[in-house]
Amino acid sequence: MTESFDILVVGAGPAGIAAAVRAAEAGRSVALLDDNPAAGGQIWRSGAHAPAHARAWLARLESRDVLRKQGWRVIDCPEAGVVRAERNPGQPLPGTGKGPIEQIADFRYQRLILATGARERFLPFPGWTLPNVMGAGGLDAMVRGGLPIGGKRVVVAGTGPLLLAVAAHLAQRGAKILAVCEQASMGRLMSFGTRMLSEPGKLWQGLGYSLAIGPMRFKTGCWPVMAHGQDRLRAVTLRQGAKRWVIECDYLACGFHLVPNTELAALLGCRMQDGFVATDGQMRTSVPNVFCAGEPTGIGGVDVSLLEGEIAGLAAAGRVDHARELADKRHARRGFVRALRQACALDPQLRSLAADDTLVCRCEDVGYGRLRECSSWREAKLHTRCGMGSCQGRICGAAAEFLFGWGAESIRPPIFPARVASLAMLPQQPATVSGSREAAGEVSHTIKETA
Amino acid sequence: MHEKKQDISLTVNGAAVTVSPGTTVAAAVAMAGAATRTSVSGEPRGPLCGMGICFECRVTIDGIPHQRSCQILCAPGLAVTTGSGAVAPMEAARTP
Repeated sequence: MTESFDILVVGAGPAGIAAAVRAAEAGRSVALLDDNPAAGGQIWRSGAHAPAHARAWLARLESRDVLRKQGWRVIDCPEAGVVRAERNPGQPLPGTGKGPIEQIADFRYQRLILATGARERFLPFPGWTLPNVMGAGGLDAMVRGGLPIGGKRVVVAGTGPLLLAVAAHLAQRGAKILAVCEQASMGRLMSFGTRMLSEPGKLWQGLGYSLAIGPMRFKTGCWPVMAHGQDRLRAVTLRQGAKRWVIECDYLACGFHLVPNTELAALLGCRMQDGFVATDGQMRTSVPNVFCAGEPTGIGGVDVSLLEGEIAGLAAAGRVDHARELADKRHARRGFVRALRQACALDPQLRSLAADDTLVCRCEDVGYGRLRECSSWREAKLHTRCGMGSCQGRICGAAAEFLFGWGAESIRPPIFPARVASLAMLPQQPATVSGSREAAGEVSHTIKETA
Repeated sequence: MHEKKQDISLTVNGAAVTVSPGTTVAAAVAMAGAATRTSVSGEPRGPLCGMGICFECRVTIDGIPHQRSCQILCAPGLAVTTGSGAVAPMEAARTP
């Protein structure tokens, strides 16, 4: 199956939604592909509890004739102008009650907007593979997905503004937040806070979060050094300076800020800069007709993502003047992106958390000690199978980058585990092959009906 | 999707679990008290990222193995099995 669109957006978080809405409002035919069961990305997961501006954007998306594909993940770009995606087979089809249904489809585009979001960075420490040790955003997503958290004892740890937001949300759902441990020092946070005086909204939001969880429970320069338990988490040892103590808890929600999802951009050959997708003021990447918006261009949170999504959607739809107007607003926000990056810089002491028998690669169960003997990511992959499992290094790669300074060297399709049948998909029918010449050439600005 | 907001019944390792609409299979597995998978060295594992990246939450749903339970919503009558090994015969993505 192949479908063709003027504009294809990958990722239905704030950036992707804004891009799809703006492009559709400009009269383009738009498709929006997303891996999650519902639109909204991670920050707006479970729309019922989403903030008002999220519901407004989702309503704006609903009102447009955008083809929405939820529960689809992109696995490959088999030729220029085509993205191949696979449907999560366990996802019941709307209206039919249940799966399994296996589907694969090619999506042909004139212009592509990558809004693939970010994931948490996880750092290995003894016990981190125990069930109920999760990411901070990870536990939050689980709770938004129906996990009962009322009365549960939770320690939140790691770094970044997500920690307080997660703690406040979990507290609101009835969790007992025992501690929020931020690895950054108080001095670094104060410096970030001073910069945030130019963004009072964010400052007050942070203060509100602190009040919600109780200010005494927020600790700086503090992190977990060991998670205890047999079959699941029972307690965690925390460290702050020379002090160490053990807290019994039901969940440890631990994430060390965010890393961008750049696999698809890398596969397409987009130029990277400091680990992020390089774009110009109109969110164009180095690859013609490919745009990128949101966290993959720099971790800046929902406001910057929405702005970048709007710019990308307008620019991809040919509304360059409108896009330029917003570009100035975006430029003013880049300071926040830089300040956030500095505030969340990891303390070098975190490199010594893992013991030799602490697993770094959770897919292939590769310990820190075995990786220490390797000199590069490639060598680690070849000799230990680190990063060769199902997550394809999405978890251990970011840890290895911090622990050893290794960078990912290349990316090959499929960028997500895929069924053999999907990879062996037969060549396209003649009708769609003829369309590829047009896709590879100049973008037509004619407004087309939705395919 | 204008379904009535009725509770959904499914099974996890044969035991009945009832959840609200919009609940992920990963949450249902946790409510049933089960770990999602067993690692290659035999460790029990549960969800880590909650957003379809880490593959720790893989379970078998209606006989199809290696489904990311955090990305799939519960539906009436789903039969979920946990604790499968990490060997993934259906996955071709062993990138060098």
